[in-house]
Amino acid sequence: MTSPAKPLYDSAAQAYPALSELKELRHYRFLLFQLIRRDLVARYKRSILGVAWTMLNPLGTMLIMTLVFSNLFKSVESYPVYILSGLIVWNFFSQGTNAAMVGLIWGGSLMQRIYLPRTIFGISAIGTALVNLLIALIPLTLVMLITGMAIPLTVLFLPVSILLLTMFTLGFGLILSALAIYFPDVAEMYQILLTAWMYLTPIIYPEEIIPERFLGLYRSNPMYWMVKLFRLPIYYGRIPTFAEILPALLWAIGFLTIGWLFFTSKSDEYAYRI
Amino acid sequence: MLTASDVSASLPEVPYAPSSREPIVVLEGVSVQYRVPKERIGTFKEYAIRALQRRLQFMKFLALKDVNLTIYRGEVIGIIGKNGAGKSTMLKVISRVLRPTKGRVALYGKIAPLLELGAGFHPELSGRENVYLNGALLGYNQAEMDEVFEKIVDFAEMRDFIDAPVRTYSSGMYARLGFAVATARVPEILIVDEILSVGDESFQKKSNDLMQSFQRQGTTVLIVSHNLTKIQELCQRVAWLSRGELKMVGDPAEVVQAYRENI
Repeated sequence: MTSPAKPLYDSAAQAYPALSELKELRHYRFLLFQLIRRDLVARYKRSILGVAWTMLNPLGTMLIMTLVFSNLFKSVESYPVYILSGLIVWNFFSQGTNAAMVGLIWGGSLMQRIYLPRTIFGISAIGTALVNLLIALIPLTLVMLITGMAIPLTVLFLPVSILLLTMFTLGFGLILSALAIYFPDVAEMYQILLTAWMYLTPIIYPEEIIPERFLGLYRSNPMYWMVKLFRLPIYYGRIPTFAEILPALLWAIGFLTIGWLFFTSKSDEYAYRI
Repeated sequence: MLTASDVSASLPEVPYAPSSREPIVVLEGVSVQYRVPKERIGTFKEYAIRALQRRLQFMKFLALKDVNLTIYRGEVIGIIGKNGAGKSTMLKVISRVLRPTKGRVALYGKIAPLLELGAGFHPELSGRENVYLNGALLGYNQAEMDEVFEKIVDFAEMRDFIDAPVRTYSSGMYARLGFAVATARVPEILIVDEILSVGDESFQKKSNDLMQSFQRQGTTVLIVSHNLTKIQELCQRVAWLSRGELKMVGDPAEVVQAYRENI
């Protein structure tokens, strides 16, 4: 009964889902582009200011934080730049991971009808967040100019920071979205976790106020290192040292690897579970 | 079981070239098992407690049982059976949505599933944008979509509304556009799941004609329907599923009659 030709698809022949997923993604790269486009366009379609909101949003938060906290953290020079350089990192992470989760659940109805590489929802979510991050660099630049801060050349290091942050966020987003399929509670729990996590990361407050005895704890937080990779070149005008890059690099590679393997090993089950 | 004269009788306009009996979809001993929790467990707490007590109970039920079926290139095959007989599950294993629990599915061609009534459309985006999005969901790339875009708009009769947001469309417009995208390119294997009833009569006639023209161009068509008359009219072979088992495959008239007698 078997045909001599090699089948295009053989349900029994898939040995390494983590690898075959990459092959499928290559074929579906136009869909990836379309999904990112959809998320960017649809979000602001009915608003008058449109994409400008991507810039106004962090600016607004920054303004509020500055009003509320600048007195408290008087020691921090150009507080708006300090806060904004951390906030864009955090926004990217929280938007990206949330969208990955929502995207996979939304994609569930599609996944029951047609085949799609399942990681595409997570990747497009992170892709959308990445575009938003790049757009948010514009108001950051403006704020730096307005507050009279020179823009240091060290910002040329940012592509490395962005790469590591993206890898970490994608890995984390994949794990999170897979869990959310099995346990709907994860989506709710994650919102609380995010709030706590944000306050445990030095974004609105200077690192100096962290008590010495908690420093070790702070340094076990991957987002602590991610924020550092942005704030050093933007705010402190210094290229991170190897010792400062290494933890971020390990977190990024570790989470992306684990997330990818975990997500793709389960991906055949999603259509059964949703 | 199937002679050339049978086929040309159902398609009088163009003599049908008998296929070379080259398999395009092969199912070997395919079983699909669903695990349905006996009670709904939706929270961590419950799950943890039950897992610890080993009380996680699932009802295992076989939606497909050891199905063997070979579909040949260029044929139109119908799948009939009662609700819950496993028809949709069978389409799902063939279209790669589900991986079979046991057995093997091999495809020797590209599948184009007919997405139900514009599933995947985004209401805020225009018809134009949705056409591209939907095409991408079906696995096409930019160039392939550019090529067929005008044809899609014409076929769906949407020339005047293509740049309006899809949320302003009527359900008929929605369905027509979805159908037009899914059938814009001549597919190797087309899967049609009970949705030939899209649009008004003239649109239905158009979609029927299209289906037949695909078939003349060598497309293999899989149709699931409860409309036995239509199945008999369109198909060259019919497979009857009953409680997940393949009961009978063969000549449409014979299988449909046996199925009718069984009810």
